Amino acid sequence: MFSNPDLMKFIFGRLTLDSIPYHEPILVATFIGVMIGGIAVLGLITYYRFWGALWRDWVTSVDHKKIGIMYVILAIIMLVRGFSDAIMMRIQQAIAFGGNEGYLPPHHYDQIFTAHGVIMIFFVAMPFVTGLMNYVVPLQIGARDVSFPFLNNFSFWMTTAGAIIIMLSLFIGEFAKTGWLAYPPLSGIAYSPDVGVDYYIWGLQVAGIGTTLSGINLIATIVKMRAPGMTFMKMPVFTWTSLCTNVLIVASFPVLTAVLALLALDRYVGTNFFTNDLGGNPMMYVNLIWIWGHPEVYILILPAFGIFSEVVSTFSGKRLFGYTSMIYATCVIMILSYIVWLHHFFTMGSGASVNAFFGITTMIISIPTGAKMFNWLFTMYRGRIRFDVPMLWTVGFMVTFVIGGMTGVMLAIPPADFVLHNSLFLIAHFHNVIIGGVLFGMFAGLNYWFPKAFGFKLDPFWGKVSFWFWQIGFFVAFMPLYVLGLMGVTRRVSQFEDPSLQIWFVIAAIGAGLIALGIAAFFVQLFVSIRNREALRDLTGDPWDGRTLEWSTSSPPPEYNFAFTPVVHDLDCWYDMKKRGYKRPLGGFRPIHMPKNTGTGAILAAISIAFAFGMIWHIWWLAIISFVAMIAVAIGHTFNYNRDYYIPAETVTATENARTRLLAGQN
Amino acid sequence: MSKTRTHLATPETDVPEFYQTDEHHPEGSTMLGFWIYLMSDCLIFAVLFAVYGVLGRNYAAGPSPVDLFDLPLVAVNTAMLLFSSITYGFAMLWMEKGAKARTLGWLAVTGVFGAIFIALELYEFHHLIHEGAGPQRSAFLSSFFALVGTHGLHVTFGIVWLITLMVQVSKFGLTIENKRRLMCLSMFWHFLDVVWIGVFSFVYLMGVLG
Repeated sequence: MFSNPDLMKFIFGRLTLDSIPYHEPILVATFIGVMIGGIAVLGLITYYRFWGALWRDWVTSVDHKKIGIMYVILAIIMLVRGFSDAIMMRIQQAIAFGGNEGYLPPHHYDQIFTAHGVIMIFFVAMPFVTGLMNYVVPLQIGARDVSFPFLNNFSFWMTTAGAIIIMLSLFIGEFAKTGWLAYPPLSGIAYSPDVGVDYYIWGLQVAGIGTTLSGINLIATIVKMRAPGMTFMKMPVFTWTSLCTNVLIVASFPVLTAVLALLALDRYVGTNFFTNDLGGNPMMYVNLIWIWGHPEVYILILPAFGIFSEVVSTFSGKRLFGYTSMIYATCVIMILSYIVWLHHFFTMGSGASVNAFFGITTMIISIPTGAKMFNWLFTMYRGRIRFDVPMLWTVGFMVTFVIGGMTGVMLAIPPADFVLHNSLFLIAHFHNVIIGGVLFGMFAGLNYWFPKAFGFKLDPFWGKVSFWFWQIGFFVAFMPLYVLGLMGVTRRVSQFEDPSLQIWFVIAAIGAGLIALGIAAFFVQLFVSIRNREALRDLTGDPWDGRTLEWSTSSPPPEYNFAFTPVVHDLDCWYDMKKRGYKRPLGGFRPIHMPKNTGTGAILAAISIAFAFGMIWHIWWLAIISFVAMIAVAIGHTFNYNRDYYIPAETVTATENARTRLLAGQN
Repeated sequence: MSKTRTHLATPETDVPEFYQTDEHHPEGSTMLGFWIYLMSDCLIFAVLFAVYGVLGRNYAAGPSPVDLFDLPLVAVNTAMLLFSSITYGFAMLWMEKGAKARTLGWLAVTGVFGAIFIALELYEFHHLIHEGAGPQRSAFLSSFFALVGTHGLHVTFGIVWLITLMVQVSKFGLTIENKRRLMCLSMFWHFLDVVWIGVFSFVYLMGVLG
């Protein structure tokens, strides 16, 4: 059989033994590490007989809270992968000077910077943001779940499937060597004939389906499921920013889907959308992908702004200053984010007037963002500020993000951009806003809502250690890149000639090392908090003296969230309820209507991995069979009309009585 | 929501009700959600139209719309799709009256019109490829096949969905769930009709005008 090349090609497509990178020692070591870790995890699950519970309570769960937690776990796992790429690049650039080629050959280095960008944006920032929105938004609006609970589960598993497809490229074949947006003609079949770009395309397409559906789901949830009395202008700020973010998701991810599909057609069918010959136009791709790409950065930052608003107001003990202007600023940013995409390629040569238009619109965005900054400052002004860990991340953000914003305005000036385009100045700028904005926001949110999700606070000491390492590490790692960028060093270079540059790269590598300590401190924080959970336990459900509805229920909330639907009278309605003598209901509970769990989402996602694998390696039989299977499973799912059940009133009463006893025991 | 138990506007003095003891039933989100989905799908078509707008004149010394498009055939094709929208409307009218058999009948007619549309489109594609005007020939043809083909794929998917719903209606009757699903497919079907009117005018008519 092995002697028949046609049969082998039919069965395995492009996949051969040579596709396994066993000649790359770094990858082999990684593979062994992943295997040992994986076997340990699987062994522990088996040892504790956790498989059944894992399937019933987590994989098939349609509970928005569990799905939110799973999203955040995915983001944290992928953060480790993305950061490993980062520190490898920093070490390479610190040593590869004056004839020393470093330890990463160019083809490997190119895959690493591509994977780093793709993973950090799509599989760290996106799941983190989506996870927090999933967990918090229904609780903040007083809902039992999202509008479409099954779709929510499906979205999560599609995102995970995308992450798995990207991770497969580490050990089977290779990843794209094109940069995180895979510009053609480099990403076309002529210059990237291998599987790397195909891994990129299918990983993002699969995950993109999940993201789009989750966006639709959360918009419908926020618009339709709010508790009675919660008008739009009484919605918590985080819910508002989530609404804007999801509008952006729904209005931009289809563009990514379409443009990647066209790139796939160029690669698979031989069409000429983005080729250099037969009328194709590569700049069409660059325009289209940035029409998705610019809204994408606001998709990430807006929820972070929402988190900072919640945190600032809670930890200053004050109503948010300028709530209305905050909402308008968010909406203005949402709209402006669509008319700035060309600032990513001023050097395309579109002419002075076009560049001027996009330069000016870009600068205008700094106005609503600045308004937000002042709102946070005025909220803190004369507030009784408590510097708990979420507040530290928030203050750190305010300092860091303003610097990133100012370098952004510099880059928005087209003549300056001609000098700084594709330089390390740009790299420093966007890490400045994404780490200093999005990532700090996610850590603030994680520390803030963790006690809600698990019933105990995260350890503050290790939280502060993590914060300071991140904060200082960030500046040490990225300020040198601003300097190097101003000196004209371009991005995506693996070796350097000029030895005078080396010191800056060494400093940057030290900064990356500090960030590594920050990440390690975060894991220590998790470990210590779980070990000391009884000491950190919060029985009230309201550990921070919160102001919004999620703090009115128990921690962790029961699966139905609220025994009775809250009625909202004021912005900051939980604060209002506490102030005006709200009494927790103790009886008269009724059965609660809930959606049933289903495994369809996970099954569809698993089949889509098989489909993507078949497409990537040209294993056509696998692609066809799994495509048909996907349609069949989806249709089969629609024949299940038995999708909901009632939690009996006795169960609700028992749950609520248990909480009553806990609250009484505390006083 | 029960108005008797919920006091939305209460004076500051007394303690208002902070929860409602009746089960709260938010209105259904499905129609809104499906609308938003359609708008996101509309964006995919918007991208394909934009690509056609930019690349549609890049013939690369190959054939142009005037050489290729057979307007009478496309006119028949368009008529098929427009008829199918009308017949879907009839199905929905009978659904409102609760007449299961007639609903199913009109759905079947809709499906047949849709299938004829797809058959004619496949014939056209086959003809073009046979003449050497396949999607690889030029950027114009790439964007033409992508736009028209994506629409065709949507219609094909709609037909699969239609058949599924016909089976479900005949098995389980015009239940609330099935009516909701028919309503969603109705929006999807009319949406494809609207997109096709754009394709017909923008690609075929304006293309032949030169």
